[in-house]
Amino acid sequence: MRTSWLIAIFVLLAAAVPTLLFSGYHLFQMTMVVVYGIAILGLAILTGINGQISLGHGAFYAIGAYTTAILMSSWDVPYWATLPVSAAVCATVGFLVGLPALRLGGLYLALTTFALAVAIPQILKHKLFEDWTGGVQGLVIDKPEAPFGLPLSADQWLYLFTLAVGVFLYALAVNLTQGRIGRAMRAVRDHPVAAEAMGINLAMLKTRTFAVSAMYTGVAGSLGAIAVAFVAPDSFSVFLSITFFVGLVAGGAASIGGTIVGGVFIEFVPNLADLVSKAAPGAVYGVILIAMMFLMPQGAGGFIASLWRRAGRPGR
Amino acid sequence: MEGFIHQIISGIATGGIYASVALALVMIYQATHHVNFAQGEMATFSTYITLVLINLGLPYWVAFIGAFSISFVIGVLVERVLMRPVANAPVLTSVGVFIGLLLIVNSMTGWIFDYTIKQFPSPFPDKALFGGFVSGHELGSTGVTLTVLILVYLFFRHTRLGLAMRAAAFNPVSSRLVGVRVGWMLALGWGLAAAIGSVAGCMVAPVVFLDPNMMSGILLYAFAGALLGGIDSPLGAVLGGFMVGIIENLGGAYVVGTELKLTLALVIIITVLTLKPSGLMGRKVYSRV
Repeated sequence: MRTSWLIAIFVLLAAAVPTLLFSGYHLFQMTMVVVYGIAILGLAILTGINGQISLGHGAFYAIGAYTTAILMSSWDVPYWATLPVSAAVCATVGFLVGLPALRLGGLYLALTTFALAVAIPQILKHKLFEDWTGGVQGLVIDKPEAPFGLPLSADQWLYLFTLAVGVFLYALAVNLTQGRIGRAMRAVRDHPVAAEAMGINLAMLKTRTFAVSAMYTGVAGSLGAIAVAFVAPDSFSVFLSITFFVGLVAGGAASIGGTIVGGVFIEFVPNLADLVSKAAPGAVYGVILIAMMFLMPQGAGGFIASLWRRAGRPGR
Repeated sequence: MEGFIHQIISGIATGGIYASVALALVMIYQATHHVNFAQGEMATFSTYITLVLINLGLPYWVAFIGAFSISFVIGVLVERVLMRPVANAPVLTSVGVFIGLLLIVNSMTGWIFDYTIKQFPSPFPDKALFGGFVSGHELGSTGVTLTVLILVYLFFRHTRLGLAMRAAAFNPVSSRLVGVRVGWMLALGWGLAAAIGSVAGCMVAPVVFLDPNMMSGILLYAFAGALLGGIDSPLGAVLGGFMVGIIENLGGAYVVGTELKLTLALVIIITVLTLKPSGLMGRKVYSRV
């Protein structure tokens, strides 16, 4: 028990190190790794733990980002106060979208969320909401400065803030998935009939899981909007949703630690692949997706976990 | 009133395209219980092949048939190489492979044919017919899609191979026992679906212009059509495709405006799933536990 606390503190300290080492753009990239990690964590709770497939989590990321941007630009709400609002909004939308789709098999949810992801930029651009969303142009928001006169640059403060929110959300996710509800989620994934016989309300649990998952990704969207200081409809195309899905698969669907690997993956791989060709990031994603499905269906997280288990008991 | 009739007619024209893609989706769904998310990108790729063949100097219909055959071969290859190993894998794996395929085909299309928007020729005369109610291309493309749909129907209904393919999709174990080569039937189904996709691509490209993301919206309407008609009923998918085409045109003209056309597909999908999940002509699925 004590060692696990030590590991946690060590990881936290290690995670704060980039504040000192990097600056400017690289620190921004680290912030985005945490943001994407949280977004993928939402997807992992849904897909990995509960066995539901969403191809549209980019939509919730967009809704979270826009909630924050609108609150900050139209109502001058401080950036940190927008996070709970955006969490509530995304959880509600997730609940409503999940309600019809989750009564049916996994494929229907994948279809519905895919449709949601394709449709969301159009909805954001629509003239009915233009006063709030800024239409095609999007919204520019202010980058927060470090509070209390701390001697940190805006980027450093943003990284630490995002990290703190991330740690909180990860701790919450670990607790959620290891407790009674987590067991119920896994039971629904592994054997729905048996789970129902044990008294679990399948549709309700699935829909609630979907709401929690949408909430996580929505908060990530808010953090992302604060970090980028800009939102526009076309940055939330269906490709973003697919990117999250790729990150999830790369990290390992059922592994909470793997979501950070996924975040690193989707932040850095496109940059590297872009050097080769404009078409390369998509191709790299595609090849990696298929390769992972064939070779390493547990993802990087699952792969490392299995190595860990093997190393833990050498030949005993 | 004239505008209304015109909207319905052009709805039928686009509906024919949705119907073809929906049929392609349903054919693969029936046989494998997978939804091919890459169907649209594969159709776009086939359309580019047609354009290349036309630019080589071939007459339109020769290029059309050529691309049809090439797409068929590509479809068979995709099934043999990519889909075969994951035939019995969990849904997550198959969705992963389909999304991977979507990304690869999409970026290959961009890589080979570049991202600029291209014009695509229509084989039909560009003039209004019947007092301006229907354009030459609308009439022609409806005719072509209907012909293809009827040919597919006749093929499945009245040939030995079609019967074998239906048997393989309906009950693989028993079909194998009576000597149907189930694996090859699946591959042929994939080939046929890809070829039908190429027809849809060629018919829609003159209207929306050709670019690597041409089909992503159309795929969505095809999903909506397939769900509306019942995702396990080919006839239902075709009717659903036509209905979605008409709903989309009328809704775009009178209700929501053109900016929200894609959202309309989402609304149709959610409405069908909420009110009648099996679709208009689909069977309810019962499973023994």
